[in-house]
Amino acid sequence: MSTASVPLPAWINYGVIPLLNLMLALFFSGLVVWAIGENPFEALQLLLVGALGRGEGIGFTLFYTTSFIFTGLSVAVAIHAGLFNIGSEGQAYLGGLGAALVALALDHYVPWYVTMPFAVIGAAVFGAACAAIPAWLQAYRGSHIVITTIMFNFIVSSLMNYVLVRLLIVPGKMAPETRTFLEGGQLPKLDWLIALFGGRLGAAPLNFSFLIALVMCFLVWVLIWRTKLGYEMRTLGISPSAASYAGIRYAKIVMITMLISGGLAGMMALNPVMGASARLQIEFVGGAGFVGIAVSLMGRNHPAGIILAALLFGILYQGGAELSFDMPAITRDMIVVIQGLVILFAGALEYMLRPAIVRLYQQVAGGK
Amino acid sequence: MATEWPCALFHIMRKGGLLSLDLPQEKEPAIELVGIDKRFGAVHANRNINLTVAKGSIHGIIGENGAGKSTLMSILYGFYQADQGEIRISGRPVAIRDSQTAIASGIGMVHQHFMLVENFTVLENVMLGAEGGQLLAKGVASARRELKRLEDDYGLEVDPDAVIEELPVGSQQRVEILKALYRGAEILILDEPTGVLTPAEADHLFKVLRVLRDQGKTIILITHKLREIMAITDTVSVMRRGEMVATRKTAETTVEELAELMVGRRVLLRVEKGAANPGGVLLSVRNLTVKDSRGVTMVDDVSFDVRAGEIVGIAGVAGNGQSELLEAIAGIRKPASGEIFIDGKPAAGIDPAGLRNLGLAHIPEDRHHMGLVLKFEEYENSILGYHRDERYGRGAMLDLDAICKQAEEQIAKYDIRPPDPRLRTANFSGGNQQKIVVAREIERDPKMLIIGQPTRGVDIGAIEFIHKRIIEMRDAGKAVLLVSVELDEIRSLSDRILVMFAGKVVGEKSGEAGEQTLGLMMAGIAA
Repeated sequence: MSTASVPLPAWINYGVIPLLNLMLALFFSGLVVWAIGENPFEALQLLLVGALGRGEGIGFTLFYTTSFIFTGLSVAVAIHAGLFNIGSEGQAYLGGLGAALVALALDHYVPWYVTMPFAVIGAAVFGAACAAIPAWLQAYRGSHIVITTIMFNFIVSSLMNYVLVRLLIVPGKMAPETRTFLEGGQLPKLDWLIALFGGRLGAAPLNFSFLIALVMCFLVWVLIWRTKLGYEMRTLGISPSAASYAGIRYAKIVMITMLISGGLAGMMALNPVMGASARLQIEFVGGAGFVGIAVSLMGRNHPAGIILAALLFGILYQGGAELSFDMPAITRDMIVVIQGLVILFAGALEYMLRPAIVRLYQQVAGGK
Repeated sequence: MATEWPCALFHIMRKGGLLSLDLPQEKEPAIELVGIDKRFGAVHANRNINLTVAKGSIHGIIGENGAGKSTLMSILYGFYQADQGEIRISGRPVAIRDSQTAIASGIGMVHQHFMLVENFTVLENVMLGAEGGQLLAKGVASARRELKRLEDDYGLEVDPDAVIEELPVGSQQRVEILKALYRGAEILILDEPTGVLTPAEADHLFKVLRVLRDQGKTIILITHKLREIMAITDTVSVMRRGEMVATRKTAETTVEELAELMVGRRVLLRVEKGAANPGGVLLSVRNLTVKDSRGVTMVDDVSFDVRAGEIVGIAGVAGNGQSELLEAIAGIRKPASGEIFIDGKPAAGIDPAGLRNLGLAHIPEDRHHMGLVLKFEEYENSILGYHRDERYGRGAMLDLDAICKQAEEQIAKYDIRPPDPRLRTANFSGGNQQKIVVAREIERDPKMLIIGQPTRGVDIGAIEFIHKRIIEMRDAGKAVLLVSVELDEIRSLSDRILVMFAGKVVGEKSGEAGEQTLGLMMAGIAA
């Protein structure tokens, strides 16, 4: 019999299995590093020190983490309703336009904390708008959401090219980007947070959107497990026929879920656009939307798990950058390989170790 | 093969009178289970089970859902390993690690839910996994010959080139049996084989089983239907709460004794109910026509009324439009034409949530796919469909404490076991799952109740309980519409019976109508 249905205690499901998967990923990454003639232990040390060793490193790590939390939440919310939103990348990209327009409009007149709520709304609305058409097609026309959201990534990418190159570019400049926002359009750095632990943020772009991300984690948890809407989403996600029996309207839930999912992806833009570079740049999302899929998968679609998984990927991004700087043999592409291995083991091969662990657990528990 | 051959010889010699042995037991045991014990965490599913199944016999195993029958058979078929104990096949201890070793040991299993590839032919299904070589043609030819031989030997007629999804359920089941025989099964385990069959198909199955037995196969029949046990088995073993409580020669026992052994107390096999006291019409269906997703008319111009304080039963062989009729009334399926009135108000086209507000409760036919979300915890299912109610949280929020509290009340009142609202619904037995649905729908005090297959896959104790609740609803002045493929159930509960055939209501009889009369109507022969 398949062991997939055998229940395991939470500490194994959410603790032991992900940890073992991570260690396997590190082991194979170590083999790769060793194969190109570097010392894997040294590499691991460099990676960890680079990501967590100094205040600035931590600041970068948490900066990446922030983006991954937003996109991870975006994917997770959709999955709870049985929808696989692969369009977080594009939704975040368009969300950037929403945030940038708000910042450009308001930064002359008001301080950042007045701009921020409008920017959050702007980013969310633009992200949601990007998800709305695939959602509508899925809800009322049965077009598969995976296909349509992927296609929208390309559509948004082209659209943003046009907008940045033709409309928002600063006249006379070569770079396809908006003007730099004034202070009223920027999110403040979280120097104090790092200082709390005795470090210095330095040039790291960790900013206020990190706190917004944490608030969103809590709100998503409330939404999924403590509201009637979340109940309906989960019912639909697990059993569409039970949902129809219960009078839960499929089209309505699909629409609402995807709008929330797109909105969360859109908010990711706050972090790089208003928090780091203070302008809207081309391709600023840089794959964070796709990393969100891995983050959600690895975090078991639960906000607490998503925070941990996002942190892990934050460490890999920041530590990886440091590593390729210190060990020239390990190129940027090697780092992608290592990240890929983590995604492979933690996500795609999630169930590889499970049968063995179930058997072990049954032996131990059965012997009591 | 080496072990079978002397046995066969032995058999022939004895039949021919060449060998007359005065054995203490007439036939040697095909299977012996010695001290089988199995736990799942806190649940002790099998406690020190001893069982001997004689070769060439039909051995029934009965017990309520959750008594441990399925676990025991899963151990025998290698899905689980026993914590302790030994399995002997033809006297020899075997370690059954998986279904492959089970098959190699001559054990075949016919599951309750068929394991067939729907769009493959019979032949393709039978040889699946035993193709014999990289190229198909040779295997197909030999499989076809072998299949023909099996069909002739055991009277299992099925067209080898028919596609599974086009076959009636009874024939699909014969394919499952053929699959097992094709793999050389000497011992056949059938898990609730008649759950999906019409009475005629069940009779045919029994005929096949008798032939198999007479040819020397050993059959283990798992069921909770006492009538089947009496009709077909030679020996019967009763399980209760993980223990094997008794084994009897079928000829020497009675239905009453077995029922008592199963439940552990005396049970009423027939519901006691007083005369109906019908009031005004609560549910009215007029010229209702319903089509399925392919556009085939499943319900054809049906009209009837259900009054307050009466139970109207809809009898019919499964697939004659009853399911679609229920779904249309419950608002899940849009009628193509016609009208539905609930308490005098037009209700066709209103969604299930709106209908619940009008006082319509619905116990669906399929609790696994409709009535429950199996991955949810019990308390979450106890509000399915009613989750928007203010009692379960103000505004957009859910009040988990309030939900758990009412779930606990329902658990206590309906004796749902185990009494744990935080347990995953999939981990309850079928009978207890059905009680969760029944409790949820009845406890809202609806005006009318529509019920599909209220006791499908439910054990005797729970059947009695659910039947009583349905009668109580009637006596409290509710209108009850009951659809069931169990004719006994329809006859014992209904005050009026409508018979459906090919989407039409072909006749109406009083609750006292004879089984034969109804049976002919269900077959579309008499009106």
